[in-house]
Amino acid sequence: MKYMNLSITELHEKLKNGEVTSEELVKESLELSHKVQDKCNAFVTILDDAKGGNVTDDLLSGIPYGVKDNYSLKGVLSTGSSNTLKDYVPFFTATAVANLAKHGAIVVNKTAMDEFGMGGTGTTGHTGIQKNPWDVTRMCAGSSSGSAAAVASGVYPYALGSDTGDSIRKPAAYCGIVGYKPTYGMISRYGLFAFASSLDHCGVLTRSVRDAAIVVDGMKGIDKYDMTTWDSSNIHLNDNLTNDVKGKKLFYIKELCDIENYKDATDELKTHLENFKETIKKCESLGITVEGVSIDSKLLNAIPSTYVVVSCAEATSNMSNLTGLIFGPRGEGSNYIEMMKDHRTKGFSPLIKRRFIIGSYVLQSENQDRYFKNAQRVRRLIVDKVKELFKEYDGLIMPVGTGVAKHLDGSKDILKSDTAALEDHLQIGNFGGFPSITIPNGFIDNLPVGINITGNCYDDQNVLNIAYALEGTMNYKGQIAGGDK
Amino acid sequence: MGKYNVTIGLEMHCEVSKTNSKVFSSARNEYSDLANSNIRPIDMGFPGTLPVLNKECVRMSLMMSEVLHCRQPEYVYFERKNYYYPDMPKNFQITQNPPEDCVGMNGYLDIIRDDNTTFRVGIDNIHLEEDAASMNHLYDTSTIDYNRAGVPLLELVTEPCIKSADDAVSFLEYMRTIYQYCNISEADTKKGQIRCDVNISISDNEELGTKVEIKNVNSFGGVHDAIVYEIKRQSELKDAGRYDEVEQETRRWDEESGTTIRMRSKVDAIDYKYFVEPNIPRYKVSKEWLEEIRKSIPELPYERKDNYITKYGLSDYDATILVKDKNISDYFEKCLELGIDAKIACNWVDVNIVGYLNKNEMDIIDFYLTPEMLKFIIDNMNSGTISSKQAKEVFFKVLEEEKEPKNFISKENAQISDASELESIIEEILKNNENQVNEYKNGKTNLFDYFVGQVMKNTRGKANPVITKELLHKKLD
Repeated sequence: MKYMNLSITELHEKLKNGEVTSEELVKESLELSHKVQDKCNAFVTILDDAKGGNVTDDLLSGIPYGVKDNYSLKGVLSTGSSNTLKDYVPFFTATAVANLAKHGAIVVNKTAMDEFGMGGTGTTGHTGIQKNPWDVTRMCAGSSSGSAAAVASGVYPYALGSDTGDSIRKPAAYCGIVGYKPTYGMISRYGLFAFASSLDHCGVLTRSVRDAAIVVDGMKGIDKYDMTTWDSSNIHLNDNLTNDVKGKKLFYIKELCDIENYKDATDELKTHLENFKETIKKCESLGITVEGVSIDSKLLNAIPSTYVVVSCAEATSNMSNLTGLIFGPRGEGSNYIEMMKDHRTKGFSPLIKRRFIIGSYVLQSENQDRYFKNAQRVRRLIVDKVKELFKEYDGLIMPVGTGVAKHLDGSKDILKSDTAALEDHLQIGNFGGFPSITIPNGFIDNLPVGINITGNCYDDQNVLNIAYALEGTMNYKGQIAGGDK
Repeated sequence: MGKYNVTIGLEMHCEVSKTNSKVFSSARNEYSDLANSNIRPIDMGFPGTLPVLNKECVRMSLMMSEVLHCRQPEYVYFERKNYYYPDMPKNFQITQNPPEDCVGMNGYLDIIRDDNTTFRVGIDNIHLEEDAASMNHLYDTSTIDYNRAGVPLLELVTEPCIKSADDAVSFLEYMRTIYQYCNISEADTKKGQIRCDVNISISDNEELGTKVEIKNVNSFGGVHDAIVYEIKRQSELKDAGRYDEVEQETRRWDEESGTTIRMRSKVDAIDYKYFVEPNIPRYKVSKEWLEEIRKSIPELPYERKDNYITKYGLSDYDATILVKDKNISDYFEKCLELGIDAKIACNWVDVNIVGYLNKNEMDIIDFYLTPEMLKFIIDNMNSGTISSKQAKEVFFKVLEEEKEPKNFISKENAQISDASELESIIEEILKNNENQVNEYKNGKTNLFDYFVGQVMKNTRGKANPVITKELLHKKLD
């Protein structure tokens, strides 16, 4: 009997009625971990000595899960998939993981990722590339690539991710699962390796909206070690989950969803946008009003560059602590400067170095106003525009990306500059700290695609309810890559 | 001071030592001899750590901002100053970046010189930041102690408006007492809690000359000497027509040689790539909180001094000594509370106590003799149990043996004030000095002191001089 393809509530029931023990679940999850490691290279560490735990009335108790490798876990290798921390074992645990431990959840592996979350391909980690379980010639997207591959493969019902641009929500779409990052500050970032602090979010990848609600209920909470957290003790996402969303209003960005706006559009893109229209109809069948709204294309086209400038600037500063002097492999050299240079030259992948140079450049005093400060202004304009729309609408609904997972051998993909904004609009959710969830909404050529719903800050319940109701109109909840469910 | 206009600006860094924890870290804010004992993961820049602002530090900063008549910001927020150095493991310092809003902007402070003239120092800004670790450079290796990393630091920047080395030191000394009076810092230069940078230029007209910065001067004496040296160096170059050799540069003060030494040119200045610290949300400073802080500002040294002069009739000189160190001033006030006369207390504190402390390079906090003990000694003196000379002896005995004064005031060495006992002694002396008695009675009245001396000699100084004199007059006149 296989259990790990079940949902949290199903597993909890079976644990409670004694059909299976936590120990057996952990054992099964570990076995599956090794299989998925062989197939997808999804993990940095598999915790073979993980033990089952007590089963209580807590939904998460005794159930195994995975943790992205940029979360600190006391006594367990935590590398951020970087050579600069390849032997780093933290002596404190990230608050989000510690919170889940209080609920009795059991970590069975640390999932691979793009180095420090700085990538959207799942190909830049120090332990190699992550392959998409639906088609191993394709990527999972990133940076939560290992978590997405593992959850989609049915290793466990959920794995933690982090999201700075779309790092939970895009891999979720490419792997046919659910990816949710709640409002900024709902989950503490203490212990999460920083990439770009003002954009970084903790979150989760699951196979159903309800599971996402349950896990975030367990992760969240105000934390004295993270000043940006806020008190959410009166929010109970799972308890208040409802599919009664009649009368809700959603908008989509007209320009980005209209196939007429893409010259020489591929068949894939056409199908993707057609499928999006079908999903809109499903929303309408639930009593949701969905309207196309125009947003100035200048603003939309500025999204990717605004993201690059802000995220690279914060990253170059955040990662200055990686010198190999206090932790990480010590570099060679006759003085600390040479040692540091050696450590960083050998440790970082070329992609990260490129981002550090961009970050440094845009912060230089002679460039700062033109690049960094302007990017902050544009960020503000975008957020203000979307917040204005949130006064009228409950959320923004958009297709995720331009279609299915890209090939690992990039030469097979046709990339067009006119699709940049469609590819990157999820970054709006990070600019504003908005709650944002991706759910699967279909297949193109047997590969999953996703849809995203983003709402206003602190309006997580509303966003989850709409996603929950929409999920109920489709047949993709709980699906496993290559599985029979 | 010479023929050129001298313009000095100061940057004074003062460690905040009176908070329980550091400014962005929950580690203890306490000096420790044991290296790397007061640290949390953030102080060593471990991945995933986040700064958490200590509200008490903000309160203290705003208090200083008020004291310096500065404008307070609507929101408190912080910036990152990015540079690589091993004493700062995050490789950025969380600080504020004036002229962007910081805890205090555009203020002033009036300073009274020793000769009672005053001058005003313009305050450009005061801002709150974290200190770096302390490093010790040995022969072929350096050691780092992270205890100091993250300790709150207030940096005060004056306008370029100070005209002499003496004024610079007067300002710094007064600032130090303010930090002590406001219970923000011990402000102890010996513990490295105060560090100064000095900006200095000379000119023969109204315009400012080329500014030279002297970094990391760690004592007020050093500030004075560095200014004097730098004025001389720049003046000599100008006299010789070589003023173009004075460069806008950073120098350091070398205590051993008593000179300033070039570190780097301003052209090589580091680009710190400042940007707002994203992990600390902007903190709104409410009017109510500011009002509360304003009300809680304690009496400051100049106010205390005025009080001492007008209320207790102390001299300007005596009052100045008392208020210079808050703990000494507090000691004095405790004496008054116990009912010791102000002038007597002042005399004891200024002369005996301050003298003793200076001689032994001691702080009054570590002083054994409490105001209560002092009162005991003075009471015994007033009641005639001991003479003033004995009182002083008891005072030093107490300090020497660290025992209560009652141990040194006993019957044995008590003053003889019993009139009948003294009378019999006097009668005896007069009987043995008949010649002198006759001479006295024949008009040689200056022999009176001779009789007093005989009584003292006989009693080994223990006779109460007032009663002795009274009795002698009665017997002789």
